[in-house]
Amino acid sequence: MADLASKLPLSPAPITPEQLEQGSSLWSDAWARLRKNKLALGSLFMFILIGLFCVVGPWLSPYDSQAQNLFAGAEGPSADHWFGTDTLGRDLMVRVMEGGRISLLVGLVATSVSLLIGVVYGATAGYIGGKVDAGMMRFVDLLYALPFTIFVILLMVAFGRSLWLMFVAIGCVEWLTMARIVRAGVIDLKKQEFVEAAVSLGLSNRRIILRHLIPNVLGPVIVIATLTVPAVMLLEAFLSFLGLGVQPPNASWGVLINEGQQNMEIFAWLLIFPAFFFALTLFCLNFLGDGLRDALDPKSAGD
Amino acid sequence: MVKFIGLRLLQGAIVLLAIYAVTFFLVAMTPGSPFSSERAIRPEILAQIEAFYGYDKPALERFWLSLVNMLQGEFGPSAVYANRSVTDIIGEAFPVSLQLGGMALVIALLLGIPAGIIAAVKRNTWLDYLPMSLAMAGICLPSFVMGPMLALLFGIILRLLPVAGWFGPEYWILPAGTLGLVYAAYFARLTRGGMLEMLNQDWVRTARAKGVPERQIIFKHCLKGGLIPAITFLGPALAGIISGSFVVETIFQVPGLGQWFVRGALNRDDFLILGLTLLFAALIVVMNLLVDIAQVALNPRLKHG
Repeated sequence: MADLASKLPLSPAPITPEQLEQGSSLWSDAWARLRKNKLALGSLFMFILIGLFCVVGPWLSPYDSQAQNLFAGAEGPSADHWFGTDTLGRDLMVRVMEGGRISLLVGLVATSVSLLIGVVYGATAGYIGGKVDAGMMRFVDLLYALPFTIFVILLMVAFGRSLWLMFVAIGCVEWLTMARIVRAGVIDLKKQEFVEAAVSLGLSNRRIILRHLIPNVLGPVIVIATLTVPAVMLLEAFLSFLGLGVQPPNASWGVLINEGQQNMEIFAWLLIFPAFFFALTLFCLNFLGDGLRDALDPKSAGD
Repeated sequence: MVKFIGLRLLQGAIVLLAIYAVTFFLVAMTPGSPFSSERAIRPEILAQIEAFYGYDKPALERFWLSLVNMLQGEFGPSAVYANRSVTDIIGEAFPVSLQLGGMALVIALLLGIPAGIIAAVKRNTWLDYLPMSLAMAGICLPSFVMGPMLALLFGIILRLLPVAGWFGPEYWILPAGTLGLVYAAYFARLTRGGMLEMLNQDWVRTARAKGVPERQIIFKHCLKGGLIPAITFLGPALAGIISGSFVVETIFQVPGLGQWFVRGALNRDDFLILGLTLLFAALIVVMNLLVDIAQVALNPRLKHG
């Protein structure tokens, strides 16, 4: 509270009627708090840069990510190839960009899958409550205790190593935290007057959940979603690293890190560039997630 | 307490059974069989091989048979490595993995928990910022990035440590360090959070006002409650160390279970996958049980919850 008080002007300017009408919504408050967090803002900026680098970069690069030059082989960074080339003579920079496209795509799609499952499941359990809620959450507890990675590996083995299957498989194991957060939020909201009003107006359960409850738990959901993106990217890279994820000639950052690791004794740059971009992206997303949590949920700040 | 443990044991057994069933049918649903290969095998020979491994029976019957075998501690033959049983492989590789995982867990706890306590006590000083920044780095650098980087630095550039194999203490440092550092980071953050919550309680203020020495407040009054988040994380940490071992054992050529599991998954070695999945799941279930007991012991209010 102390720092809030110190930031108030000593002689407050008269409040205009517009200001009164606007009030300050959760979102404008959150944005104001986020803007003060230099680390989170810097991370957001850096993440956007990495995104542009990966999405736009391949079109600007003179090289094709699959064009091999076996006579050249692996060469270190040079004026022609800024990141060097890999053992098949492919330009590493364009491979890092295209690998980034796949890694980021996995992050976005798998997070959306987990968002969808987690929000619907959590909101349903929280809203219905009682025995249904207890049963549904007990199931989540059970899943929490399971060795997920093993299951994702088995799913990849059982259904072939397609990219889309991987999105779904990863999304299917990363929704548990989301469901818990949404459920807790919904239980809190359920007791509030505006929900009682909606019930007494005779709105259907579906409509109450979709129109009144979910929009109000959006804050924590955004935070968890931001933190889920690096988690699913990690899982994808983990699978690809083991050879169970993205298959050649396609590459994700996990595939590139694996190739780099195999050749690191002689061609260290093959490891360093993809590992650097992967780690930087994870850093940015984690700091951004932490910043968003502080901004949207000031109570938990400092954890 | 006895009733609580009994109930959890029963629950654990049911979970294990469910995991086994799901794994079995997932593997059974996979197209092809472990015996299909690029080489053409005469159909009658293939039929004979399949009959030897019991693949001529319907899946449900095979499930029942394998379940009975498992309960007797018989994990079956490896379908890919001829003349080796899964029990052999586990007997050979499990001690290695146990040692690797155990060392990683010890490193994680010995580094993470003191770092978290110091960071919480010296909040907002460099003793807080430095370990917490390192912890963030540890969380963002997964084992498959950290491992090769450490190997590059200590093994290839500085030439201090060997980067592959499992022949003696100097070979243990890099794999166990890689695996442990990531979880040290998580433990540090969780311990710091738990300790901060305790240190902000009203009764801590009362104790300070009464002149209780700071050391006593930290170690006698706050530590027990402050460690709960870290202890709760032991279950997920073990699961993470197991899956991390898949990567670390591959990077550093450690002859442990992780490597076998990955090879089994890539080669479709059904019995090996089933046996190892069950073993990993059992380890995690037991760890979660221990965590539950420890939690009740630390926080008696949970007993009635």
